[in-house]
Amino acid sequence: MLKTPAQLEDFRKGLLSQRDPNKPCITLCSGSACHASGSGEVAARLEEELKTQGLTDAVDIRRTGCHGFCERGPIIVIHPDEICYFQIQPDDVAEIITETIKGKKIIDRLLYNDPVVNEKIIHESKIPFYKNQERLVFGSNGSIDPKSIDDYLAIGGYSALSKALTTMTDLDVLGEVKKANLRGRGGAGFPAGVKWEGSRNAPEPIKYVIVNADEGDPGAYMDRALLEGNPHCILEGLIIGGYAVKANEGYFYVRQEYPLAVININHAIKEAEKYGLLGENILGSGFNFKVHVHQGAGAFVCGESTALMASLEGKAGEPRPKYVRSNVKGLWERPSVLNNVETWANVPMIINKGADWFTSIGTESSKGTKIFSLVGKITNTGLVEVPMGTTLRDIIFTIGGGIPNNRKFKAVQTGGPSGGCIPEHLLDLKVGFDELTQAGSMMGSGGMIAMDEDTCMVDVARYFIAFLTDESCGKCVPCREGLRQMHRILTNITQGKGKEGDIELLEELAETAVEASLCALGKSAPNPFLSTLKYFREEYEAHIREKRCPSLSCKELIHFYIDPELCRACGTCRKQCPASAINGDKKIIHIIDQDKCTKCGTCFEVCPAKFGAVTKLSGVPVPPPVPEDQRTIKKKSKENE
Amino acid sequence: MEIEKIDQIIDKYEAEAGNLLQILLELQSSNNWLPKEVLKRVSERLEVPLTRIRHITTFYKAFSLVPKGRHKVHICVGTACHVRGASRILDTVEEATGIKPGETDMDMKFSVETVNCLGCCALGPVMEINGKTHGKMSPAQTANILKNYE
Repeated sequence: MLKTPAQLEDFRKGLLSQRDPNKPCITLCSGSACHASGSGEVAARLEEELKTQGLTDAVDIRRTGCHGFCERGPIIVIHPDEICYFQIQPDDVAEIITETIKGKKIIDRLLYNDPVVNEKIIHESKIPFYKNQERLVFGSNGSIDPKSIDDYLAIGGYSALSKALTTMTDLDVLGEVKKANLRGRGGAGFPAGVKWEGSRNAPEPIKYVIVNADEGDPGAYMDRALLEGNPHCILEGLIIGGYAVKANEGYFYVRQEYPLAVININHAIKEAEKYGLLGENILGSGFNFKVHVHQGAGAFVCGESTALMASLEGKAGEPRPKYVRSNVKGLWERPSVLNNVETWANVPMIINKGADWFTSIGTESSKGTKIFSLVGKITNTGLVEVPMGTTLRDIIFTIGGGIPNNRKFKAVQTGGPSGGCIPEHLLDLKVGFDELTQAGSMMGSGGMIAMDEDTCMVDVARYFIAFLTDESCGKCVPCREGLRQMHRILTNITQGKGKEGDIELLEELAETAVEASLCALGKSAPNPFLSTLKYFREEYEAHIREKRCPSLSCKELIHFYIDPELCRACGTCRKQCPASAINGDKKIIHIIDQDKCTKCGTCFEVCPAKFGAVTKLSGVPVPPPVPEDQRTIKKKSKENE
Repeated sequence: MEIEKIDQIIDKYEAEAGNLLQILLELQSSNNWLPKEVLKRVSERLEVPLTRIRHITTFYKAFSLVPKGRHKVHICVGTACHVRGASRILDTVEEATGIKPGETDMDMKFSVETVNCLGCCALGPVMEINGKTHGKMSPAQTANILKNYE
């Protein structure tokens, strides 16, 4: 039990003196993506192998949270030399121990190969994906075990809490956060300091601080990575926030789909209580604080502040009108500060390094860094933290490595389901709250989905409207009924049943939803449609007028066709067709039976690249099949004779 | 579900109406679905009207008011998986199991659900069966994997 700031510092010194910085330590990413690619088996094999080689005491293994470079998982970094190996399989483990740990030799094939210069890179910090980031919030994820408060203390954890409680008044803390102009990382970008001040000044004496960990945007998982990988950082931010607004109780509201996050947060709370960093009279300051963890139950709308608070009270998560803001009258009708996971995670840093340092990073109106979840049709899928003001081009091409398979970039979707699509000619846009809004999208929580020329923008709009129709709580008519109708019309368009006037009708419905819905879900729901219409109107028109999908993606508008000139009757497509829709034989040109075809696209994918016989057609009739007597392929060599 | 087991979970949360959601979640995870007797018991013990409990259990997606199959198939239809062809995976699953998302087949073998993001976007399109993640799926692979379940 640490009772004073001095005891905390002594304990920290003690910890560091026990830790030999030169002792080899293998950190293994155990984030969701790496776990799914087998990091659990790798960990088991590591322990086993160290034991057989008699190295258990000589080498540390640390299972950390997400390192961010999910594309190449499972990831191992060997400290202190910072040797970085990717896509580790259990069978690689023995070699790593023998060669690299014992023999101090690098295993070339496990290194990252820079595709631009075709060179192997040994150190994590030299890899372009990491090198071009500024990982202030997310950086510690790769070096600490989320289950160990000692690991967090060893990297300076809870020093901000100690500083705030002992050398700053609650007003000083509030002032610092206000001065830092920390804007909410969850979507709207409202200044956190202003929100805190509103709660602090509210007359009701019992107040709450809440972590919004209901990360519902599909394709965005940075909050999950922080919760799972560095829970103490968020907890520390929350306690500091409680101190600043004079709240003695805090909540984590975690999405039900994130069971590991719930486990790690609960564990972190127990450890912090044991150390005296949470509970009564924290570090002898007289400040008391306790924290509860609540799980969501699978409702996207619960990410909205008033819906979340209703859900915390055990009710259905329906938003309420905000004549009085929730920071004045929120949970149980009391002042409640609700901030996103990443926002809270920024707080300790601001207290430690000061508002002046924080405001030196970023743009005029957006300060600090932002974590983006870079996914979709992108070479380096992963979590990326960059200073505000970085251009989209840098994120997608310099860090993300561009679009795979030699396809062309079409658009990037930001801001989650209510965000918008940004086309290629705006790639030099600097990311920031106001900049993205001006382009017709929004920052949102930081999802960034790259799309290539094969992605149909009408289908993307239909997809997001379908998502929001499903997630609408049903309280307001424009959202409940309007989105349903928008979805119906968009589905018709993607199925070739669109008609003149559909676009105008959609625009009208969109305007009504924006004007007349109560909460942000309904108000921003038409964004995916409006932004795709703004930048890709010709795609809508092609679907409606020519019954053609320019991206060759809408199932109802395309046909798969085998070009008889190119087919070499190899049989690959015929054998793999799940619908048995392809007929042909040895030396007999293959033909797709259009009535049987389910358009799954398997034939298109498996046709060997040297033939490239399977094509997609849209807006044109499928040519009639080759007559039976012309289906036999004559060998070229014979023709030449 | 035995009444003692239900009471045990309710007592863990001090039978408080404010903890209704947490109680229902735990009941759901230990029994896989929420039969009417369970809801009635919760209503009695927490002194919350059954209508409100029905409101909550139909509002949130985590709750099921019908029994579930032996194998839970989750198809991720998050944005990253969607642009990488999740709908083709879903089509294949529907074809192979004969059921649509939200349904359970007559033999109680499979329950199919779509989910909005599993946070493994690097592996998209993703299918999860009984908690095991299958990444980078193609329609042909999907059909093969489903054949392994009895």
